Amino acid sequence: MSAAPVITKADIEGEDNSVTINFGPQHPAAHGVLRLVLDLDGEIVTRVDPHIGLLHRGTEKLIEHKTYLQAIGYFDRLDYVAPMNQEHAFCMAMERLIGLEVPRRGQFVRVLYCEIGRILNHLLQVTTQALDCGALTPPLWGFEEREKLMIFYERASGARMHAKYFRPGGVHQDLTPELVADIYEWTNHFPKVLDDIEGLLTNSRIFKQRNVDIGVVSRADAEAWGMSGVMLRSTGVPWDLRRSQPYEVYSELDFQIPVGKNGDNYDRYLMRVMEMRQACKIMRQCIEKMPAGPVVAENHKIVPPRRGEMKRSMEALIHHFKLYTEGFHVPAGDVYAAVEAPKGEFGVYLVADGSNRPYKCKIRAPSYAHLQAMDFICKGHMLADISAVLGSLDVVFGEVDR
Amino acid sequence: MTDLNDLGGKISAALSGAVKAANVTYGELTLVVELSDIPRVMKSLRDSFGFTILIDVTAVDWPQRAKRFDVVYHLLSTRNNMRVRVKAETDEGAAVPTIVPLFPAANWFERETFDMYGVTFADHPDLRRLLTDYGFSGFPLRKDFPLTGYVELRYDDEQKRVVYQPVKLVQEFRDFDFMSPWEGAPYIIPGDEKATKETQK
Repeated sequence: MSAAPVITKADIEGEDNSVTINFGPQHPAAHGVLRLVLDLDGEIVTRVDPHIGLLHRGTEKLIEHKTYLQAIGYFDRLDYVAPMNQEHAFCMAMERLIGLEVPRRGQFVRVLYCEIGRILNHLLQVTTQALDCGALTPPLWGFEEREKLMIFYERASGARMHAKYFRPGGVHQDLTPELVADIYEWTNHFPKVLDDIEGLLTNSRIFKQRNVDIGVVSRADAEAWGMSGVMLRSTGVPWDLRRSQPYEVYSELDFQIPVGKNGDNYDRYLMRVMEMRQACKIMRQCIEKMPAGPVVAENHKIVPPRRGEMKRSMEALIHHFKLYTEGFHVPAGDVYAAVEAPKGEFGVYLVADGSNRPYKCKIRAPSYAHLQAMDFICKGHMLADISAVLGSLDVVFGEVDR
Repeated sequence: MTDLNDLGGKISAALSGAVKAANVTYGELTLVVELSDIPRVMKSLRDSFGFTILIDVTAVDWPQRAKRFDVVYHLLSTRNNMRVRVKAETDEGAAVPTIVPLFPAANWFERETFDMYGVTFADHPDLRRLLTDYGFSGFPLRKDFPLTGYVELRYDDEQKRVVYQPVKLVQEFRDFDFMSPWEGAPYIIPGDEKATKETQK
C-alpha cells in the first residue's frame, strides 16, 4: 500500500506557478473567434499560441471557382469592418492584368469610399479598444457615426456592409448630388465627435495606464514580423502606400501621415485618431475636386452596359448577357496589387490563366501578420494586457481566417 | 521599369548562378531560383538589397507539370520603395528550405502553405496545420481537392456532440464551362461521337 501523496507548501507557493489557460474561442475581448492558448507564470504571460481558422471559409478556394465579377463579393467579407478597401485591391489587380484605366471621377469616388472605410475601421478599433480597457461610452458614441457612414455605403451601393461597389474599371453606380452633399455635411460635424471621443480617452488616467508602454514594438522587430500600416508607422517608419506607391488620385491630394515614436499601444491609438482626421480632410478634398464624367470605363468587353442602354441596343444586351454568365477573360499572368487598407498593407496576388476565373488568388491580410506577432509582443506582459494588445493590433477574423 | 531590370541584373550578378531568370512583367520583378538556393537568395536580398519585409509566402498548384508547385515569396523594401517576387518549383516530395530564421514572419505563411497545399518546409520550427480544423486531412487549395470537400459537420442529438459525416448534397456544385464547340472545346459533345470518329479517319 503506497502512501497518500503529500501536498507540500512548496507545491502551492513554490517555483512552479505555471498554468496553461484558454482565452476564447468565445471571448468578448477576442474580437471574433480566436483561441489563444496562454502559458502563464503567475500572472505573467510566458507563451501565446494563437489557434486561428475558426472562421475559415475557404475564400481563396471559392474565388477560384467563380468568375472575376462574382469573386469581388468575397472581398467584402474579409475585413468586414472596412469592406470596400478590400475590393479595391482585387479590382486593381484585375485592372493591371487587363490594362484598364479608371476614369477620373471613378478614381475620386473610390478614394472617397476608401477613406470612409478607413474611418469605419478606426472608429471601431479605437472605441472597442477603449471597451477592452473598461470604457463603455466611446463605442456608443463611435457606433452612432459608423451607422451614418454605413448609410452612405447603402446609398451608394444598396448595401450597408457587403457593398460590392468597386468594379473593374471604376465603381458600379454614380453618386447622387444629394449623397455627395450629405457626405460633405457629415465631414463638417465629424471632427467634433472625434474631439468628444478624444476627451474621454486621450488624457484618461485609466486608459493611459492600460496602454502607455504596453505592446512596444521596435522598428527592426516590426520589419522582421512583416508588419505594415499603423503597426509599422508607430515604430517611426514613414511608410504609407498612399504616399510611397500612390494609386488612384492620392498623389494629388493634400494629407499628412502620422508617424509614431514609441511603438506602443497608446501611440497607435493617437495615430488612428489622427488618421481619422486626415481621412476626413481627404474626403472633403475629393468632394471639392471631383469632376463630372463617367465613373466607370467605357470598355463594354469588361464593364457591363447601363440598364437604359440595354433597353435600346441589341449589342448592349448581348454584352450584358455574356458578362453576367461567362464573364470576361483576363489575360494570363500574375500580379501583386496592394492597397493601404486601414489595418495595413492588404495585398492580392492574382494568377490568371487566360480564362474567365482566377487561377489563384492569394489574399495577403495585414492582421494575419500582426496576429502572429502576438507571442513575440506579449511575452512578459501581464494577463490583463493581452486584451489591450490584441485590441491595438486591430485584428478582424474575417481576413485572418479567410 | 529600367530600374527593375537593373536591379534584376544586379541581384543575378551578386548571386552567381542562383538566379535562373529575372523577368519584369506588369512592372514587377520576378526572380526564378532553384529550391535549394532559397535561403541564400533571401539572405542576400535582405542584407545586401534592403528587402527587409517579408510580405507573403504562398504556393501555386499546376497539377499538369512534373514539379507541380510554385512556391512564391513577396518581399518589400521600404528604404528603396521596391518589391520583388521570388519563385521556385517544387513537388509533393521535396521539402522547401525554411526561411523562418531569416524572417520570423515566414512562420505562419509557411504553415499556411503547408496546410493548404501540402508543401513541406524543412527545419520549420512548428509545422502544424493552421487554418483547417483539428484533425483535418487533405490539402484544400490543391486543384484536385473538390470545392465541396469530403466531409461536413452536423450536431448529433444522440451523441450530444458535433460529428463529421461524408458530404451529401442535394445538387452537385455546377461547374459551368463556356467553351464553344466551334472554338475547340477539349471534349466531345454528347451525341457527336460518331462525327468525331469520322473526322479522325
